[in-house]
Amino acid sequence: MNQVHRQGADDLPSRAAHVAQRANWIRRSALKMIFEAKQGHPGGDLSAADILAVLYFDVMRYDASQPNAPGRDRFIMSKGHCTGAFYSVLAGAGFFPEEELSTYLQPLSRLNGHPSRTYLPGVETNTGPLGHGLPVAVGAAIAGQIDKADFRVFVLTGDGELQEGSCWEAAMTAGHRKLSNLTLIVDRNRLQQGAPTEETVSLEPLADKWRAFGWDVLEIDGHDPAALITALETKSEKPMCVIAATVKGKGVSYMENQAGWHHGCPNAEQYAQALAELS
Amino acid sequence: MNDPEKTDGLFDCREAYVATLEALAEADTRIVAVVNDSVGSSKLGGFRKKFPERLINVGIAEQNMIGVGAGLANGGKVPFVSGAACFLTGRALEQIKADVAYSQANVKLCGISSGIAYGELGPTHHSIEDLAWLRPMANLTVIVPSDPWETGEAIKAAAALDGPVFVRISRMPVPALKHTVESFEIGKAETLREGGDVAIIANGTMVCRALAAAEALAADGVQAKVINMATLTPLDEAAILDAAKTGAVITVEEHSVRGGLGGAVAEVLATQSPCSMRILGFPGFLPTGSAEFLMERYGLTAAGIADAARDLLAR
Repeated sequence: MNQVHRQGADDLPSRAAHVAQRANWIRRSALKMIFEAKQGHPGGDLSAADILAVLYFDVMRYDASQPNAPGRDRFIMSKGHCTGAFYSVLAGAGFFPEEELSTYLQPLSRLNGHPSRTYLPGVETNTGPLGHGLPVAVGAAIAGQIDKADFRVFVLTGDGELQEGSCWEAAMTAGHRKLSNLTLIVDRNRLQQGAPTEETVSLEPLADKWRAFGWDVLEIDGHDPAALITALETKSEKPMCVIAATVKGKGVSYMENQAGWHHGCPNAEQYAQALAELS
Repeated sequence: MNDPEKTDGLFDCREAYVATLEALAEADTRIVAVVNDSVGSSKLGGFRKKFPERLINVGIAEQNMIGVGAGLANGGKVPFVSGAACFLTGRALEQIKADVAYSQANVKLCGISSGIAYGELGPTHHSIEDLAWLRPMANLTVIVPSDPWETGEAIKAAAALDGPVFVRISRMPVPALKHTVESFEIGKAETLREGGDVAIIANGTMVCRALAAAEALAADGVQAKVINMATLTPLDEAAILDAAKTGAVITVEEHSVRGGLGGAVAEVLATQSPCSMRILGFPGFLPTGSAEFLMERYGLTAAGIADAARDLLAR
């Protein structure tokens, strides 16, 4: 099982501190990959870093040497464009060597712009087009429900992604079947590709929507590891939606809350500044 | 609406599908069925009765249905995802591409009431584009069985294969064919009749009509070879090249004339062994009419196929 630092709830500050350190590493790693590849999705990578760190370095049960073990907890990266952070966390968790991160987006690299399970261990399903992860997560959770298995299924979506109708089809199914083994985390950074979600097609009242679909909802600070750990360990009879309030570009001052950094690459000076801010 | 109950000597292949699936599910607890409110049209009522927890009805939500199927496969199940072929493929094409084919998920897609079985319900309910949409999808095996026996065999083969499969299951009444092979093999065409003058390559509901056309041609002294190309992907190219030795090839399918069996055969012949060819199928969105009326109108009958053969040979 994972090499995580798991010392019980009474040691929450220590667990949170460990996760924060790993999240910082994910941010630095993702930016390095993007800088070297000269492209990527830094805004979303940075907003999701703490969520991914909590999942892979604390909450989830898995053995990276047996990525297909039937009893593993599953994580589905529905916002598949955020591969800088996702590949970093997979490498950090031991699914493949960290050195391979330097091949990001290079010809014939296993590290494609969007994750593929046929290339890389640890990827559960191929994502990229939005609105695909939640239905697949629901299917995996139903399999667990039928087998009365104790694995959990986690899925991370963006917030703009929730404009896809397939998310709500899956939401209905999960609510109807009371999939208590399913946890959705919404990376609620409030920015989609070019503009705020609320100016594009508003999602609010988002928590009410999930509750109306038969889910329990927790609204937390998506950059607070302790809050994330507590939320992801909260038991429910229903599927759980954790709305994680995040900042797109979190940790790099000039990227924070700037829709323009959804996709892009810092220049050398900007990269140096980013690393300095994340040191 | 066209509702082909079993008539004398004719069969609804959905019956063979569910009988086989129930038998497989009895022996393999990993098998589950996933439907989009289509328990009735997929004839899965019996399956639900026997295995209530293993029948997952996601409601009228095809994108979700395919994703859920991929997730069930991820969770160790062998899902047979069944729905009307028109909605299963058209509504959820991107899910089929990303979640199933590209992800190499062990999902079995069963397109029910394919082709023009829905007759008067019109082009929204016809599924005559599905093969063109699915044929280029890498990793996806595509099977179009011709009769009850082959439908059952195709379902068994799909269950045994570790990977994504699409099986096109008609509700049009077809006779049980006299097969020349002992067992069904994915990717292997079946020669049902030998003949050296012209070759008719058909699949699905058109195979029995191709055989009848060959009988009619024989009465005129024309010997037609008849090939049942039940597997569209992977394609039995050797069988096609062998058929080309007759010098005249006709394809027949309950599908658009673009991108299906005819397209597949044409790709092989044009690049490897050009010969005279005719593609029989539907030209586009079809006017109002029963399935049989539409078959007649577009020449997908024994007489129509025989006429096309005579015409091709006269050129």
